Amino acid sequence: MSELSHEPVLQQFPDAEWDEAAGAVIVPLGQARTMAEWLLGQGVDYCSNVTGVDYLEREVKEKITNDAGEMETVTRTEPARIDVVYHLYSMQNKTGPLVLKQRTSRDNAEAESLTPVWRSCDLQEREVFDLFGVNFKGHPDQRRILMWDEFEGHPMRKDYTEPFDYEWEPTPHNEILEKHQKGKVIV
Amino acid sequence: MRILGGGIFKGMAVTLRNFVGSYLNKKERLHTNDYSWRADGALPQSIGDYPKEKGEQLSDTTTVTEYSRNFPMLLHDGGEPMDTVRCVACQICERECPPQCIYIEKDYDENGKYIKRPAVFDIDVSVCMSCQICVEVCPFDAIVMNSQFELSTPNRFGGLLVRRDDLLKSNDYYHKIHPEEAASRDQKMAVEKAAKEAKKKAAAEKAKAAAEKKAAETAKEEAK
Amino acid sequence: MSTAATPNYELIQQDGLETNLLEVSMGPHHPSTHGVFRMDVKLDGETVVDLRPVFGYLHRNHEKLAENMSYLSSMPFTDRLDYFNSMTNNWAYALAAEKLIEVEVPERAEYLRVIMAELTRLVNHVSLVGFFINDLGALGTPLLYAFREREKILDLFEQASGARMMCNYFRFGGLRNDVPEGWLERAAKVVDHFPSFLDEYEQLLCENEIILSRTQGVGNLPRELAISAGVTGPMLRASGVAYDLRKVDQYGIYDRFKFRVPYTDGDTGDCYDRFMIRMLEMRESIEILKQALAGIPEGEIMGNAPRVFKPKPAESYGRIEGPKGELGFYLIADGTPKPYRYRVRPPSLINLTVLRDMCLGGKIADAVIILGSIDIVLGEVDR
Repeated sequence: MSELSHEPVLQQFPDAEWDEAAGAVIVPLGQARTMAEWLLGQGVDYCSNVTGVDYLEREVKEKITNDAGEMETVTRTEPARIDVVYHLYSMQNKTGPLVLKQRTSRDNAEAESLTPVWRSCDLQEREVFDLFGVNFKGHPDQRRILMWDEFEGHPMRKDYTEPFDYEWEPTPHNEILEKHQKGKVIV
Repeated sequence: MRILGGGIFKGMAVTLRNFVGSYLNKKERLHTNDYSWRADGALPQSIGDYPKEKGEQLSDTTTVTEYSRNFPMLLHDGGEPMDTVRCVACQICERECPPQCIYIEKDYDENGKYIKRPAVFDIDVSVCMSCQICVEVCPFDAIVMNSQFELSTPNRFGGLLVRRDDLLKSNDYYHKIHPEEAASRDQKMAVEKAAKEAKKKAAAEKAKAAAEKKAAETAKEEAK
Repeated sequence: MSTAATPNYELIQQDGLETNLLEVSMGPHHPSTHGVFRMDVKLDGETVVDLRPVFGYLHRNHEKLAENMSYLSSMPFTDRLDYFNSMTNNWAYALAAEKLIEVEVPERAEYLRVIMAELTRLVNHVSLVGFFINDLGALGTPLLYAFREREKILDLFEQASGARMMCNYFRFGGLRNDVPEGWLERAAKVVDHFPSFLDEYEQLLCENEIILSRTQGVGNLPRELAISAGVTGPMLRASGVAYDLRKVDQYGIYDRFKFRVPYTDGDTGDCYDRFMIRMLEMRESIEILKQALAGIPEGEIMGNAPRVFKPKPAESYGRIEGPKGELGFYLIADGTPKPYRYRVRPPSLINLTVLRDMCLGGKIADAVIILGSIDIVLGEVDR
């Protein structure tokens, strides 16, 4: 199957970045809806998958050549962020995939909803809202989908801790859970 | 011309054919599972085959197939189980098990040194989902799947936790229930053992050759 | 309310009597909702005015569990996503993971993968048609005729992998074990008998006036809405789009087999179209099976995947044409033996986007039939 090239997207929207390692187009802030409508006009009519990915603040070691021409390892901190990843295909031309990523911070996570452009983002963006806590601006019906409505917290975040469950009955294998939670068994 | 209701009558003709056919043509209409590949062509179904003693299994526990699996068991190579048990309590199956139903504790001797045996090896029947991942990741071929399925017990609070001594079964029993798989495992273990022996011998030869060479060199030095 | 198609009904007020809408929760315990699925419907008499699907009763947070386990250990959990088709779930996951490392799958393993996937497609379509007719009111007869054939195929699965439904058979780089002796002959016997069973089944069902009048014209799904809503699988093909991943992506060795893709000729699809598309797809699956069983070579089963699966940091999205639609797995690896992000793209959930549009304006009995024709399995909707 032929690939959907990202070059026209980068030409049309000069602010967009291309992430080579992930093979994705990083959507600039505020332009997600316009980019989506332009893509729909180009024949990209099928949004296959909408996902959220949570990154905590972490240190990344990179090997770069410094001014003296040697390789050295440089540590930099990547800020915490939540990505919303869209996989887009074209059913007319039978090409794809094109990957878009909307980046937002973890504290006040907001993104633009692409539901008015592709209807399939409807339930999937609701799931990202439910499990990650990203507020989608312009979503017609944003409420929890997999957890019950009064649930607090966002389970798929990396720092989510389960609340104390007083109904849980101890079974003979809860020692294993404790052992793994204490970190005794190393992978 | 099309009669209204003609389609329904056609459908009823099919039902009637199946109904009458289930008396006349039993093989096709009534029995559907094909057991022709078994020795006697059928599953053990009569009451007489059912075990009478407690702890005895159905005489033919390869219930359907060679690969049928229900619950794990630990293998030992005959004789006193804890002397020849293959498990060394490396805990790889414990951490790879998807529902985390295995609980292992290593065995230490009186000096506190780790000896290669499990002291505690519990598997929870109510949690185990017979996925066979523990069998695949074990590097010592120590845990394999048993097809015994009568594991029910009236004891609610501990009866479903199968302990180490109940899990130990001999290699001969494994040959009886899964002959092909057991044979291939034994062959693989023999090949690995032969390879290890050959490597050890080669290393010993090399060390001997090196020692001889060194002795020759020192002799030459002294002679000089 | 959401911007759906405008419904074509009118609230009739008779002689100044105030009528209220009746709210019924076709709750999670319901024999015809295919699992723990709830629909809150607002009724005006018998006409559906509003419909709101509620799910999450089977949510096991499979995606977060997989972040704490190695790649191989989450293979048994993929069986339990769409529990009718465990083999195709396994294949989608193996495909996504094999894109992260360079591994070559041997020929015999590829042929066996196709055979297992097409047998799974037969199992799924035949059970679906049975349950669909069951929802219409034919309590049991077509369902159990279908289950007779399903039993034969489940026996084949048990002989190959050890379990009837939760097979756990695929591995990264091949399959777990080879099929036993005589399995291929038995599979050929089952496949040879299937067309005559399908002929009998069609004679039982396809001209039945009750089925025709209850499913034709019910649940219209226009083509543009289907494409925009991300609907895939037989539902999409029933609305007039010839998009089948086995022909578009050509994953595995599907480019070697000659088969056709049935789709409707027109702009909309109704329940009867979806039912007939599935019957036709079963016949095409039998074609593929005959070619695969005839051409399977001897050889080994497992390519040389590393013993500890530790891919370099990369992302991959692997998708297959499952019996219900496009099943995709999105994996982000970060160099450790556990995935950083593991996501399942569930076809049943995304096909449910259009449930409300199809049901508005119809009767409540039609809502049950439309839900049956979408073919959902709650294990996949909720994960």
